[in-house]
Amino acid sequence: MAHQIEVSNLNIYYGDFLAVEDVNITIEARSVTAFIGPSGCGKSTFLRSLNRMHEEIKGARVEGKVMSNGHNLYDSAMDPVDVRRQIGMVFQRPNPFPTMSIEQNVLAGPRLNNKRLKKSVADDLVEQSLTRSGLWNEVKDRLNKPGSGLSGGQQQRLCIARAIAVEPDVLLMDEPCSALDPISTSVIEDLIHQLKDDYTIAIVTHNMQQAARVSDNTAFFNLDGVGKPGRLIEHGPTEILFSTPSNPATEAYIQGRFG
Amino acid sequence: MNKTIQRPGDTIFRGTAVAAATTILVTLAAVGIFLTIKGIPGMTASPEEVKHGTTFLAYVAPLVFGTLWAAALALAIATPVGIGVALFISHYAPRKLAGPVGYVIDLLAAVPSVVFGAWGIMTLAPAMRGPYAWLEDNLGFIPFFAGPASATGRTMLTAALVLAVMVIPIMTALCREIFLQTPRLHEEAALALGATRWEMVRMAVFPHAKSGIVSAAMLALGRALGETMAVAMVLSASGVVTFNLISSTNPSTIAANIALSFKEASGLTVNALIATGLVLFVITFAVNFVARLIVTGPNRAKAAKS
Repeated sequence: MAHQIEVSNLNIYYGDFLAVEDVNITIEARSVTAFIGPSGCGKSTFLRSLNRMHEEIKGARVEGKVMSNGHNLYDSAMDPVDVRRQIGMVFQRPNPFPTMSIEQNVLAGPRLNNKRLKKSVADDLVEQSLTRSGLWNEVKDRLNKPGSGLSGGQQQRLCIARAIAVEPDVLLMDEPCSALDPISTSVIEDLIHQLKDDYTIAIVTHNMQQAARVSDNTAFFNLDGVGKPGRLIEHGPTEILFSTPSNPATEAYIQGRFG
Repeated sequence: MNKTIQRPGDTIFRGTAVAAATTILVTLAAVGIFLTIKGIPGMTASPEEVKHGTTFLAYVAPLVFGTLWAAALALAIATPVGIGVALFISHYAPRKLAGPVGYVIDLLAAVPSVVFGAWGIMTLAPAMRGPYAWLEDNLGFIPFFAGPASATGRTMLTAALVLAVMVIPIMTALCREIFLQTPRLHEEAALALGATRWEMVRMAVFPHAKSGIVSAAMLALGRALGETMAVAMVLSASGVVTFNLISSTNPSTIAANIALSFKEASGLTVNALIATGLVLFVITFAVNFVARLIVTGPNRAKAAKS
């Protein structure tokens, strides 16, 4: 079930370059935590370190602890494959598998764990996942059509369905609406609201209004200058961070004076 | 209506490009015409007039079989190896290793076929005698290994192995390029679902690379079909049609047969040999055409849809 993630003293590197420095934060269960900040501040890098996707980039590594469900995700005994099955991810650009149908896309993850999924179980899972991602009514008559034939917003919801079909505890979203039009964006935002009843959600966004609309907690990242590591400046309940930020840089960013 | 201004640079470039393109077509046509004109007397010659003493059809049939059989075997061996090596370079090897391995594979493509032939005859063939005897004893019930095992090791399987080694660099180089072009988005999508590296390859890399793999295989097939020296040197041939891989009687291939027989041929026999060349020309053409069809077919359909 959904549980919180505790990050302590996390340093994230690309080779020798320290990209994100000394992050300490607790991401609460069954709530939405937004990461905001200017470009290059390391918010996406930090998000990707939460399910060990960061290390898929050559030379990338991490120091520190990320505790989830009593395990350190970076423990040497921890398999990144298992980490990612518990902590799913939705990307910036919708990325359904182009050669697979809508149904196959949803079942891609479950089929990894269980090769011989019973037809009835699979059908239920497809309906359940697509219903929760709000796509079922739009695609129920064309489950065998390719996922790439859907609109951008529908594709992104298909990706969300694909991610939750694996039944993860946590859902990471890396600017999930940045490639979408306003209407699709609002559909996804409503969806995030519904999903937080069951999942711990962390979302990176460039859009401060979006952070204010969807999140319960907000974390502001910043960097001192080009070539300097990004740092977590402050974090807390979204209303408080947006109304009375304690750090002048946070206030400046929220008011749109830079970024 | 205003006329587009003609710049001299454009005119010159256009002229050279058109000339180059025309030259290729003219060359191809010239080869085709040469083969046809010189080949027809060979095709129609009566058995008494030529050295091989049979009709053209009876002469060329085992050669066509041998050509296709050797090339198909080589491809069957080279395709999995080529894909495997390419995948190792593109997705498994650490960067420090991937570079040198890729470089060595490319070098392998530059080795002249005579060298492969010499290696096949002097090293591979003797080394294979033991395994062939074993295959005959233990798997002799399969027609491929019926034997009697060759005493020299210069069998169809040896020739196919040499051919495979020769086409693996082509397969590898092409597959590697295609694998590297797999969209990062799809690889990450698979990984984020908890796919292992191999599952990621099957979910994201292979579907993306499918048509590219086919075209790589077809190009490799083209080379295997036309390869002359290595086969001429390695294979101990005697115009039979057999699927037996390990005996000392094997069908020859068209290219190797031309190379071996041309020196001693005269009159209509030369025409007959050229006619076999025409047959090879047509086969290669057909293979390339089919490859084109496979490669562009689905892609074009996709492009039209989106």
